[in-house]
Amino acid sequence: MNDDLGLWTVLLAVIGGAIRVSTPFLFVSLGETITERSGRINLGLEGTLVFGAMSAYATAVVTDSPWAGVAVAGLAGGGFGLLHGFICRFPRVNDVAIGIALMLFGSGLAFFLGKPFIQPSAPPLPAIPLGFWSDTPQVQAALRVNVLFLVGAALAVFLWWAFRNTKAGLIVRVVGDSADAARAMGYDVDRVRLLATAVGGVLAGIGGAYLSLYYPGSWNEGISSGQGLMAVALVIFARWNPLACFGAALLFGGAGALGPALQSVGISQGYYLFYAAPYVLTLALLIATSSPDRALAGAPGELSLK
Amino acid sequence: MDPAATVAPPVAPGTGALAVETIGMTKRFGGFTALDDVSMRIEAGGFHALLGENGAGKSTLVKCVMGFYAPSAGSVLVDGREAEITGPKGAQERGLGMVYQHFTLVPSLTGAENLVIARADAPALLDWRTERAALSDFMARMPFRLNLDRPVAELAAGEKQKLEIVKQLYLKARFLILDEPTSVLTPAEAEEVLGLLRGMTDRGALTVLMISHKFREVEAFARSLSVLRRGRLVGGGAVGALSRDDMAAMMVGERTVRTIAARIGEPDAASTVLNVEKLEATDASGMRRIDIADLRVRGREIVGIAGVSGNGQKELADVLGGQIRALGGRITVQGEPYRGTRGESRRHRVRFIPEEPLRNACAPRMSVAENLAFRAFDRRGEDPAGSPTFWLDRRAMGRRAKDLIARFKVKTASSEAPIATLSGGNVQRAVLARELTDPVDLLIVVNPCFGLDFAAVSEIRSRIVAARNAGAAVLLISEDLDEILELADRIVVMSEGKLVYETPAAAAESSVIGRHMAGHH
Repeated sequence: MNDDLGLWTVLLAVIGGAIRVSTPFLFVSLGETITERSGRINLGLEGTLVFGAMSAYATAVVTDSPWAGVAVAGLAGGGFGLLHGFICRFPRVNDVAIGIALMLFGSGLAFFLGKPFIQPSAPPLPAIPLGFWSDTPQVQAALRVNVLFLVGAALAVFLWWAFRNTKAGLIVRVVGDSADAARAMGYDVDRVRLLATAVGGVLAGIGGAYLSLYYPGSWNEGISSGQGLMAVALVIFARWNPLACFGAALLFGGAGALGPALQSVGISQGYYLFYAAPYVLTLALLIATSSPDRALAGAPGELSLK
Repeated sequence: MDPAATVAPPVAPGTGALAVETIGMTKRFGGFTALDDVSMRIEAGGFHALLGENGAGKSTLVKCVMGFYAPSAGSVLVDGREAEITGPKGAQERGLGMVYQHFTLVPSLTGAENLVIARADAPALLDWRTERAALSDFMARMPFRLNLDRPVAELAAGEKQKLEIVKQLYLKARFLILDEPTSVLTPAEAEEVLGLLRGMTDRGALTVLMISHKFREVEAFARSLSVLRRGRLVGGGAVGALSRDDMAAMMVGERTVRTIAARIGEPDAASTVLNVEKLEATDASGMRRIDIADLRVRGREIVGIAGVSGNGQKELADVLGGQIRALGGRITVQGEPYRGTRGESRRHRVRFIPEEPLRNACAPRMSVAENLAFRAFDRRGEDPAGSPTFWLDRRAMGRRAKDLIARFKVKTASSEAPIATLSGGNVQRAVLARELTDPVDLLIVVNPCFGLDFAAVSEIRSRIVAARNAGAAVLLISEDLDEILELADRIVVMSEGKLVYETPAAAAESSVIGRHMAGHH
């Protein structure tokens, strides 16, 4: 095989993979950014993601409409977010612990309810062939972009803008940075956090719909393999900035596509190692961007991870 | 209190100062009466000072007025009409505003964002071009220049305080409560701020109620005053009709206040205990840089570092305390390099009292006894010189705590109470008890009397002088110039991260020091 072509194939596959794989990362991390900017951590988004994937798939199978699936996944995710926000408003409740409980609950419930839907096939979400200008099938494959990816990209820009230029965005930042100041201004801290967690849940649910209805495009119990949790780490790496979330999601997606891409050109040595690329990348980036002398810039003041 | 429960319609937006009156204001916390039947009237356009020791009920009173607390009995009249204020938002709608002792600005937001979001009628979509134009228009009428584009976290304490006041005026407060507004300002800044506010009251645009400990300020700016003691209104009247002795007598009642011990003996010229050379460091955000060319503290000497807050004193203290790493230069204690580790501080008998001791020198939820044991809990018999031990000696800890609590007069329900339940002065006493009982060679103290009433202040200052008289080298970093003038043998002024002026205390002139603090050198 030509070496040059091999390199291009890998590169194209990684770019295509980045676009394909990044969407759930993007949605979950944008949702988590909203939640964490309001001063809460919702680790339960992994469970929300899995439940979103199951409910979207089941709905699409029953109604034959993938968009109905996305809507139901968003609603279900919002429900999980509301549950998290509701429990967290009680005194002496820890948001991280509740998040872990909801992560297990969401996954467990999804496995339980999703059993009958492993076999049937659902209509997939439509993709836009942005690679139509090329004759090369690899390019065409890499540039088949799903609508949700574009929605997520637009959403990242919108959130970045909204955190500075809308009253709602500023209120979320106020509540996340200083609950006392928010109370002094007369804002109901718990309600803002409840809504921020619910919106975060909606986005995570939609991310789940992408998993089951587009890529990998089926429902099974191993569908997420921890992407929801990695997206939470990604938020910290992106310093709670929606635009940086988009970049980080692409980077993680690309790293996730590295293993399959190398395998496709016949490199099988250490191939499990390449599958671990996103995880290694997470660790390496967190270490590289940390510093014993610098504060965690941009961290919302009310976040319990400080 | 649910702020959303404010149902009463706001008074028609008017202009001009508001008169505020409390009638029979009483607040009980369980069996404890924090405020007992306080009735006072502040005329429209008045500048009223509220005096009292810590715990006299001043904060409770103003929090009842602002709707933070629901009073157990009594009511508030605004412009002669009864006003039921159920939360800070309701207070804001009526034109009442308050500047708290702790900052209520949101650190990660810029000044402009802080101002706009505090406004009740902030639009859902913020058009920054219009807002910015309106803000610069508004700021043009303010006598202080503030950079509204920087995140508040990057502002110095004095700038934050000014922004807090500006914020209330921006929110169209017509009755303004100030809780010890000048504790973070230089004397010149304090005069500027209070002078402006006094001017506004004279024009009838504003009424001011100021909580203060400083008689000089009260005499210079207030027109009338009230004194609270143990929750009761014990006196008041026009400023000028009462002498300082009268005011002090009303505040403390019949109690003798300890005078500060005199400095005895000359600094020990032969021994340089702390030696800082060419020290460079930046704070955690990397924004603030310090560059200390040369600083020496000898035995039996108090070196006072004066300066406006935010000029690098905190970073210097953090480097000396081992909280941030120096980028360059040398710190030696008794001739050996010093990095602020536990072993080094034990070997050289260095003691460190950071500012805000509850936050920086205590574990708030651990008991007083445990907090008192931090220096020696891992040593046999609670003796810092003893050999290391694995097991905690709870009995020795308790004995030592009881002894220290008695000797340093720490007021606490018991030695097992969480230290966060103590008042500020008693937390500071407990920390002093921990740091000053064993022999000390070098003592580093930062703003030791911030926010304490003057009985506690004189006692704590006496302890610092006593440590010096016993031979310790003391580095006193303080934003209170009076404190430095009172205690120090030698005064150094810090400005923009550098030491810019040095004088023996005997020859110190406060005007010269003030000029250097303000950056004219």
